[in-house]
Amino acid sequence: MLKIESLSAAYGQRQVLHEVSLQVGSGEVVALIGPNGAGKSTLIRAISGVIPVTGGQVRTNGDDFASLSPMQRARYLAVVPQVSSLPPAFTVWETVLLGRTPYLNFLGQISQRDEELARRALERADALNLAERRVGELSGGEQQRVLLARALCQSTPILLLDEPTAHLDLQYQVSLLDLVRQLAKDDRLAVLIAMHDLNLAARCADRVALLVEGQIKALGSPQQVLLPDLISQAYGWPVQVVPHPFQDGPLVLPDRNPPHQDLE
Amino acid sequence: MRRPYLWTLLFLALAVLLSLAIGSVWIPPQDLWGILKGALLKRLPAQLETFAFIVWKIRLPRTLLIALTGAALGGSGTAYQGLFRNPLADPYLIGVASGAGLGAVIAMSIKWPYSFWGLMAIPLAAFVAALLTVLIVYALARVGNSVPTTNLILAGVAFSSFATSLTSFLMLRSTGEVRRALGWLLGGASQSGWLAVLSLLPYLILGLGILVFSGHALNLLQFGDEQAQQMGLNVSRAKSIVLLAASLATAAAVAFSGIIGFIGLIVPHILRLWWGADYRRLLPLSILGGAGALLVMDVFARVVLAPQEIPVGIVTALTGAPFFLWVLRRAKNQGYW
Repeated sequence: MLKIESLSAAYGQRQVLHEVSLQVGSGEVVALIGPNGAGKSTLIRAISGVIPVTGGQVRTNGDDFASLSPMQRARYLAVVPQVSSLPPAFTVWETVLLGRTPYLNFLGQISQRDEELARRALERADALNLAERRVGELSGGEQQRVLLARALCQSTPILLLDEPTAHLDLQYQVSLLDLVRQLAKDDRLAVLIAMHDLNLAARCADRVALLVEGQIKALGSPQQVLLPDLISQAYGWPVQVVPHPFQDGPLVLPDRNPPHQDLE
Repeated sequence: MRRPYLWTLLFLALAVLLSLAIGSVWIPPQDLWGILKGALLKRLPAQLETFAFIVWKIRLPRTLLIALTGAALGGSGTAYQGLFRNPLADPYLIGVASGAGLGAVIAMSIKWPYSFWGLMAIPLAAFVAALLTVLIVYALARVGNSVPTTNLILAGVAFSSFATSLTSFLMLRSTGEVRRALGWLLGGASQSGWLAVLSLLPYLILGLGILVFSGHALNLLQFGDEQAQQMGLNVSRAKSIVLLAASLATAAAVAFSGIIGFIGLIVPHILRLWWGADYRRLLPLSILGGAGALLVMDVFARVVLAPQEIPVGIVTALTGAPFFLWVLRRAKNQGYW
């Protein structure tokens, strides 16, 4: 269970998050949507403690994250970053084992149990066959699965994903998100995914949070949030929302015509 | 090639043997063995006495000093590369060695007594200067959170020439003692002897000891500060510790053996090609390999113009600079690190 309570953050003088409050329950997938620059990545970074917050709290089961050391925090919360410039000479196996860091002593000694957990994480992320390969040789989709495996290897109750499908082809986008959803249900993980594809969000998330200019504008089921007015206004482009032809939930389609003046 | 430690140790052992055997007089390996046996049994055959004197008083301390220097440069080079996430970081190229040299010469120009404590003060001054250098070069080269290769090398080279000029100026102005520093600065072990070895040792044990245990942290840092922290590393603390330890090792090496370039670049690079990028293994291997590599170059420096010796820094630069250019081209073409 992840509780975000009126979290604010700033880059220098510029306020990027304004009192964001959001809860993600165990076994729940929440998609964080919003236009570029709305603060999706910033929220992920603020929750994971890599940028300082100017107000508010992040908690789980009563523990305030701000009072925890990076190592303690990494036992509660794992982050799947966007695939970008991974050190290519590392093997997949070495990379995934790094997920055990919060449980290692200062020598970084790996126990048999750590290896067993790394193997399981690779298996669950459907990447066991890649174990011997070097990260630099992998496709974007494979690298993303490796990063997912590394996060799973951290054995945390909370999982944050920052635009995990940003650079992936269609089949990888869908399979990765289905995988994450399955993991959330099987292992009762609290999952927060920042993403920009609204229809993928509708497909994979139990609830959707719409973030605009650092504030939560709407929060609820995909049907409740993916409304034409809300989305048109948030993204500054008129959209139509129709029932999805073959699965539950809405389908968002951008209009052909440019935005009217009153939408801006 | 499996068994990285075995091969690296074999190489080091061979290098030590060469360094003891080769010089103005050739001491055959069986005589070296006889000298060692004689020392252990306290009974030295009379015909080996001259050789024994040469080995104990001259060759062994020099060999140890060179080996320790190489170990320091190999280890700190690897650490800087991991810290800056840049395969071309080398104590010499990023200016730390010249900075440390300047610090050492400042300390010498104040006073340079050839005593244990006098010798201990020079590395300390070198250490402070090395640390300042690394911070200045890093601040100059940094763009956001990354340190691009070109910026790092340019800032390093610029600062390096500044420090070197200042060093030359100090040496020209001074008389007597500090002139001895000229040979030293070019990387000759002009201060050989057991005293130098003993004075160098505490700095190295501390610096390299810390580095050996920093492998896991450096592995995490290869993924960037944010990911490293999200995986549970206290990033700023880990970086400061590695920076201090690497600069301490470099400073100690420079203070006793002068400015020797490229060892910290060549050794980790080759080891990485063979045995991968895992810093938990790469660091100890680079320390051992650095010792061996510098010994081999020192042997070469002794024999190439025999009976005259050339400073080993010249040999490492002559072999290292082309190697550096090759790596630079390769890194540009592949972006593999």
